[in-house]
Amino acid sequence: MFDMFKRLLDSFFNRLFKGKKKAKLGLYGPPNGGKTTLANKICQDWLGEDMGTTSPIAHETREIQIKEQITIKSKGKELTFNLVDTPGIATKIDYEDFLKYMDAKSAKKRAKEATKGVIDAIKWLDDMDVVIVVLDATLDPYSQVNITIIGNLQARNIPVIIAANKIDLKKASIKRIESAFPQYKVLGISAKFGTHMDEFYEELIKVS
Amino acid sequence: MLTLEFIPYTEIAGLDSEARIKKLINVVKQEKIVLLEGRLKEEEEGELIKKTMESINDKFTGIELGVINPAENDTSFYKIVQTMLARILLGKREGFTIIGPANVVKQIKKDPNKIQLFTKDSTRRKKRASGRK
Repeated sequence: MFDMFKRLLDSFFNRLFKGKKKAKLGLYGPPNGGKTTLANKICQDWLGEDMGTTSPIAHETREIQIKEQITIKSKGKELTFNLVDTPGIATKIDYEDFLKYMDAKSAKKRAKEATKGVIDAIKWLDDMDVVIVVLDATLDPYSQVNITIIGNLQARNIPVIIAANKIDLKKASIKRIESAFPQYKVLGISAKFGTHMDEFYEELIKVS
Repeated sequence: MLTLEFIPYTEIAGLDSEARIKKLINVVKQEKIVLLEGRLKEEEEGELIKKTMESINDKFTGIELGVINPAENDTSFYKIVQTMLARILLGKREGFTIIGPANVVKQIKKDPNKIQLFTKDSTRRKKRASGRK
């Protein structure tokens, strides 16, 4: 059953990337999962430059960021896409959570921008050709935000790969994510240290 | 004091997506925890998050959301067909959806068969609400 689903998923990727010059590859997930760290890693590897700024404070990315025409190569094959880094999707944003890092005025501004970022990220879902859902592998994967993001992608027939990020950390568990989302391909990576990025690129190209 | 409002599926079955979401958000904004019979469509859950973000202000900081449907774990052919037919005829009635205001509900924690709701300290809530007047 799982193999059959995987083949279906693979054929989706095949159809999507073939003949499409500017396929959009979206990075989605909750805040602080490492979407921008992964975007930076991809851009550093293939363009030699960063895409956005990262921070331990949630909602650092509050606007959609796009890097065009990234070509990745692996084992004699290549794939070109536009990379779309999106703000983290959350169900709550409280400016008081930012107060330990900044003054009240800045915290309120950040919260306001973050709410707009979440709205934009959801609006952009329809434009994506393929989505990498970036999850923090140290956290409980059964959060409703994760389930809602993946459910929305499934409802729109958008192919999904789950990146179980931060596997360099002791508490990380790829298996926990695999058992939460058994119907999807889960790749354990550390975007920060570049762990298993070759496998990550290979998986993207394999389906092109 | 916590207030839990049960909404049977029949109350939202006849509403379009926009009206469903509006109804749910209005109840949550009254600092009540919604216990909805069944669940929203996937797109409606996304829309619920969007509308929640549009409603955020100093007093309303968002929602905590949890859906539980133990029947989803039963992957037998008979159960899948039964669920599909039930959804076509009756809508997404299986399972429960809990939606709570984020200033009341700290976290909704779930595994496939269990859901736990943790609330915030009420004295802190009162202090914060009075500080915002």
